[in-house]
Amino acid sequence: MNTPDSVYFYATCLVDLVYPQAGQAAMALIESAGIRVIYPADQTCCGQPAFNSGYRNEAREVVRRQLNCFARAIPIVVPSASCAGMIKHHWPELFAGEAEEDRVRGIAKRVYELTEFLVEVLHLELTDYGEPVRVVLHNSCSAHREMGVTRHIGQLLKQLTQVEVVEPVHATECCGFGGTFAVKQAEISGAMVEDKCRDIVDTGASRLLSQDCGCLMNIGGALDKSQAGVRAQHIAEFLRERSLEPER
Amino acid sequence: MNQSVEFHARIRRALDNAQGRHNFRSAMDGFRDKRAAQFPDEHCLCEQRALARTVRGNALRRLPDLLEQLEQNLERNGIRVHWAETPEEANHKVQELLQAQGATRVVKGKSMVTEEIGLNHHLEQNGFEVLESDLGEFIIQLAGEAPSHIVVPAVHKNRHEIAALLHRYDPDIPLTDDVDRLTQEARRILREKFEQADAGISGVNFAVAETGTLCLVENEGNGRMCTTVPPLHIAITGIEKVVEKLSDVPHLLRLLPRSATGQPITTYFNMISAPRRPGERDGPESVHLILLDNGRSRIHADETFRQTLQCIRCGACINHCPVYVQVGGHAYGTTYPGPIGCVLEPQRLGIDQIGTLASACTLCGACGEVCPVGIPLPKLINRIRAESVQGGADSPVRGAGTLRRGPEALLWKLWAGIHARPMLYRLTTRLIARMSGLLPNRLGPWTRYRTAPRLATSTLHEWAKRQGYQDE
Repeated sequence: MNTPDSVYFYATCLVDLVYPQAGQAAMALIESAGIRVIYPADQTCCGQPAFNSGYRNEAREVVRRQLNCFARAIPIVVPSASCAGMIKHHWPELFAGEAEEDRVRGIAKRVYELTEFLVEVLHLELTDYGEPVRVVLHNSCSAHREMGVTRHIGQLLKQLTQVEVVEPVHATECCGFGGTFAVKQAEISGAMVEDKCRDIVDTGASRLLSQDCGCLMNIGGALDKSQAGVRAQHIAEFLRERSLEPER
Repeated sequence: MNQSVEFHARIRRALDNAQGRHNFRSAMDGFRDKRAAQFPDEHCLCEQRALARTVRGNALRRLPDLLEQLEQNLERNGIRVHWAETPEEANHKVQELLQAQGATRVVKGKSMVTEEIGLNHHLEQNGFEVLESDLGEFIIQLAGEAPSHIVVPAVHKNRHEIAALLHRYDPDIPLTDDVDRLTQEARRILREKFEQADAGISGVNFAVAETGTLCLVENEGNGRMCTTVPPLHIAITGIEKVVEKLSDVPHLLRLLPRSATGQPITTYFNMISAPRRPGERDGPESVHLILLDNGRSRIHADETFRQTLQCIRCGACINHCPVYVQVGGHAYGTTYPGPIGCVLEPQRLGIDQIGTLASACTLCGACGEVCPVGIPLPKLINRIRAESVQGGADSPVRGAGTLRRGPEALLWKLWAGIHARPMLYRLTTRLIARMSGLLPNRLGPWTRYRTAPRLATSTLHEWAKRQGYQDE
């Protein structure tokens, strides 16, 4: 698509309340290409927690109230593959046969995961101003299998000359978050994240990057708990931190 | 006891078994690597999967017609066909057929449908001697356990455990780590049993309506022995295993072993089309097929859930499931574990019985990605969850709505009440951010494995407003 003059930024509830700095970084990256960012004040949550727990009526109610947020035919950028996947694939499923179906489909078509947007639409070029570092990449399950956007995060990181990117063994295996799964099946979730942390620590990287805050909260929390010395960070923050020219 | 409590107890037991977990991890890693090596070309796989899905989809769309055609052609070939609605009917039919021949010693090839109906238990209770002839099945029969995987039933056991079991069964078998030696010993025992058996029981992988052919995929040759050596062969399968034409079979067969164990083809592929004919030197004198429904018609009636029946039982979804690899098959407590189990079992047995299985899934999508017949497993698991808590009397699944719990439903109502009211949402999140310092360091099970999330002291909404971001 042609580069738009402005985009909607859909922050997601997790970024809003737990990782606002990731949202700020994502918005700054988009703006660095001269694009205006619109932040709809009425956005809340994509409805995924309820939808994945079987509470479709509640999910629909929450989504319905936000459909007005995206009136203009411009891209909607989401700093989470999981929430982007919810809007792109499951909103249409949720509204199949409902009055809003066509509108929802129109919105779903305009959704981009952040790194996908930075690469495919903005063709963002980055200069690396940081120190040499080894990072381990955790592509979320949604990035892999729902949005198909794992190559984009890789393409962005490749531009950073001082950054060595590694992947853990079992790279495509789920970290065990799964939203309410982490609560309902806490013990399995704990066993899964334990395995994931071991594979991550084995890479010798000092930082863990992902495009999804759910994974970061899960793996990052487990890494902190075991004092593994690996810091979890959203890709947007990392990109901004590395590519901003240091102030002189 | 409540199904969820029982499920959690089985999970706890599985997670506490370090050896078992190690066995599952190394076996599943192996299967995943071997499968990946069989499908180097993603595009090619997509085409083959589309074909296989079409074959299975067509068969299911025409299921009643094809079953009739299958019956006619099998009968014409001399294979007697019997219909069973329930496990009890199927078990009694087998017993009846055995008794009619005066058979008492039975050898079995691997069959998940006979696990589903508890055939071994039924026959043993009625005085028959039943021997599992698939090596994996033989091992778990010796251990008195159920399969932990639909393709590799003894995958939870390592060679030391297997050696001990064989040694206990026959003290002449040495306690050894030598897998070849153990296999030879098992083979010796099984050979004798094949020769003595009065009847052989097998499953079916594909039942071809056009020709009346029963196809059986296997690696050890025990399936061929079971279906050719004893004078009576009884095959049992679910009604969904029918395919339209013989030319459909290669589309499925080229995906089945590669998806299952990463083999390009299995060692044996049996096509059973008739009992022994006059002048033929081997083969059973009579062959029977029992077609089992056991809830399949009900699954078939719903167009979305019908896709469950596309399954060719390769186990790829199980091998790639991040939950299964942690807990193994016994934790599910059902015949079919893993993602296909989470979808099939609540439909087969009812949500009120085992709907909680659908909670053992992160919706990571690994199962759907590898399914060779394109069953949208994550979507179906999600739908089971919806039927569990919001399904009503018109739901196609038995026991729909029975997992709805008042407090949980209220919590989601509250959640929706806040998130569907942006002003209230902004107010609530702002308050939570203000109180972020007061958040306890311990948050139930979450902080057993992780630190508590650090909430922002100011939300992104607030920041965006301060920065002057606009709505339009």
